[in-house]
Amino acid sequence: MPRSSGRRAAALLGAAVLTTLTAACGAAPEGPAAGPAGAKAAEATSATAFGGMKELVAAAEKEGALHVIALPPDWANYGEIIKAFQAKYPKIKIQSENPDAASADEIAAVKSRKGQDRAPDVLDLGIAFARSGAEEGLFAPYKVTAWDKIPDAQKDADGRWYNDYGGYVSIGCDAKRVPNCPKTFADLLKPEYKGKVALNGNPTKSGSAFGGVYAAALAAKGSFSDIQPGIDFFGKLRKSGNFIPVESTPATVEKGETPISIDWDYLNAGYADQFASKGVDWKVTVPADGVYAQFYSQAINKDAPHPAAARLWMEFLYSAEGQNLWLKGYARPVLLPAMTADGTADKSFVAKLPQVEGTPAFPASAELDKAKATLAEKWDKAVS
Amino acid sequence: MTAPATPHRGTDDTPGPLRRETDTVPTAPHPGTDSPSATPVRDTDDTPGPPRRETDTVPRPEGGTLSASPRPGTDTVGGTRRRRRGPRAWLAVLPLVLFAGVFFGLPLTALLLGAVTRTEPAGPGAPESATTTSLTGDHLALSLQGPYLGSLLGSVQLSALTALLGGVLGVLVAQAVVTSRSGTLRTAALTASGVLANFGGVPLAFAFIATLGISGVVTQLGDLGALGWDLYSFTGLTVVYLYFLIPLMVLVTVPALDGLRPQWREAARNAGATPWQFWRYVGLPVLAPSLLGGLVLLFGTAFAAHATAAALVGGSVPLVTLKIADALSGNVLTGQENVALALGLDMILVAALVMAVYLPLTRRSARWLR
Repeated sequence: MPRSSGRRAAALLGAAVLTTLTAACGAAPEGPAAGPAGAKAAEATSATAFGGMKELVAAAEKEGALHVIALPPDWANYGEIIKAFQAKYPKIKIQSENPDAASADEIAAVKSRKGQDRAPDVLDLGIAFARSGAEEGLFAPYKVTAWDKIPDAQKDADGRWYNDYGGYVSIGCDAKRVPNCPKTFADLLKPEYKGKVALNGNPTKSGSAFGGVYAAALAAKGSFSDIQPGIDFFGKLRKSGNFIPVESTPATVEKGETPISIDWDYLNAGYADQFASKGVDWKVTVPADGVYAQFYSQAINKDAPHPAAARLWMEFLYSAEGQNLWLKGYARPVLLPAMTADGTADKSFVAKLPQVEGTPAFPASAELDKAKATLAEKWDKAVS
Repeated sequence: MTAPATPHRGTDDTPGPLRRETDTVPTAPHPGTDSPSATPVRDTDDTPGPPRRETDTVPRPEGGTLSASPRPGTDTVGGTRRRRRGPRAWLAVLPLVLFAGVFFGLPLTALLLGAVTRTEPAGPGAPESATTTSLTGDHLALSLQGPYLGSLLGSVQLSALTALLGGVLGVLVAQAVVTSRSGTLRTAALTASGVLANFGGVPLAFAFIATLGISGVVTQLGDLGALGWDLYSFTGLTVVYLYFLIPLMVLVTVPALDGLRPQWREAARNAGATPWQFWRYVGLPVLAPSLLGGLVLLFGTAFAAHATAAALVGGSVPLVTLKIADALSGNVLTGQENVALALGLDMILVAALVMAVYLPLTRRSARWLR
């Protein structure tokens, strides 16, 4: 008892002085799962290391809690996913922290609370953060049961991160305010869309807005290694007055302030559902001239306070049940091709996905870095 | 006794019931706030008529934003008090010092350190968690280049413009409120200012989007779009900032304007001064510290504002706070945390620069008041 209250005091202090004291906290003893079993769980790289799923569940239930971070309930159906996990494993209490956090916040939480029992267990990261975090040694390698079915291009060979769900850049459009909804990026240049086109935020900050610029680059004869045409495209849209720099949110969509919003297809499709009852006819198109898909990635905190629960969460997400829940939220789970082949994918959800022509390609790490550097340097000038 | 009291006492001595009446009416509400100085004034006063005198000495405006300038009486009273307070007086300040140290000093130190150091994983062979930290000027250099420099300049430009506009308009409104005879108007204006000055962030941005955005109610009604109105621009952002900066200026200048006594103006008129001359030689010099303080406050508020701009203009108006957010908590840029800290340091330097101009100016005006 005195030990744990001492640790809580240390945690409080740590919160107050953040970076300066965290180095000291890093040396604190392991979380509640200390002891041989906890150490074993923290090193387990697959369910078999526990002796099977049953043992994994038992170990996780013994830990009794799971810390998740940055999982917005209205994003890719995470609200339902958390509820389903909670219903299936009632003994493991999910504590959801800062649902609207960004990837950078997640990494900061892992680093600043290293070794504390308040640290997040599992992370849902943008691909760049998954890669850089793995290089910094922040994640525990773990291969879920369905590991072999995840395409090689979408996972770290060592199992430190693996893509979970993703979507395509799409054009959402309020059919009541816009008589002819645009189908392609080239369409957006037409004068009839003056003052109507928005992104979900600033592309130097928002992942989906960045995807929008990248897709526009592909549409305008650019490539993964050349994002400049995309920046020029939005510069042109801004000059013609078509592009409005306001951040599109559910509120602006409902209000009609952003009648055309470039965003992930799962978010746009979610708006369509959400606002149908409010009289907004929200149409979603994946533009054929700029097909760009991006996946998010899962990772386990290397110093997770609940190592077994964290691994069980991964097993749940990569089960047919977890994958179908993402699918229900219009996100495309990474196992979708495999699940379509073996018939475990829910067909009614698949049928509701926005149509896509062609197969997606993914930029290499270096191409992505270069695109971001170019964007950070040129974006302001292009649109101001 | 110090200067402000002198003209006051001077006009007092002139006989005439009318003068007496104006003297007491606006000044009555706060008897006792100035009691330490009341005693010496009455003592030195050798003219008869104590009842009037009593209320006469009270008129220091409530709270007194002018209090930066020395108050009559504080010198003598403080002198005796200080000795009585004893050497343990600093104990009372200790909580404040501790608080400031933990919540201001430590983050500041972390910011300074982060801005000038770089932490990297130690070389191959070292344990995975080991890192090396080295001193570097790269972050600061980067923060003063290209788009980062542009954002810094953009922020200074926007803050200076909005502070100036907000300051001038705010003083005009405040003067109207102070000189108005309607108590209701005064209460209403001050209450509204208190509310509006604290209205900011995403709710404010959305309020403007709904009214003055492209499909906003007012935009549609007035067909402002055809007139070239664009909320999502530098101009649009200026208007939105003024929405909370003008009330803020009203709040901080009304007490100062209250302190500008009608007698001074009357004395100036009697001496043949035009209204312009009164303002030029009496009014503005007396108000200068408060007005400058207000301007600095507006500048700081606009300079540090983030959420409103983030929701309204994204990257199309480059602002340093937006850049810090991009680098610190984004989904796109990785490994830019230290540049964000360096930008924070740049902001502190800009604020320090503003203070370096402001403080000597106030001191000059304060000296005039002595």
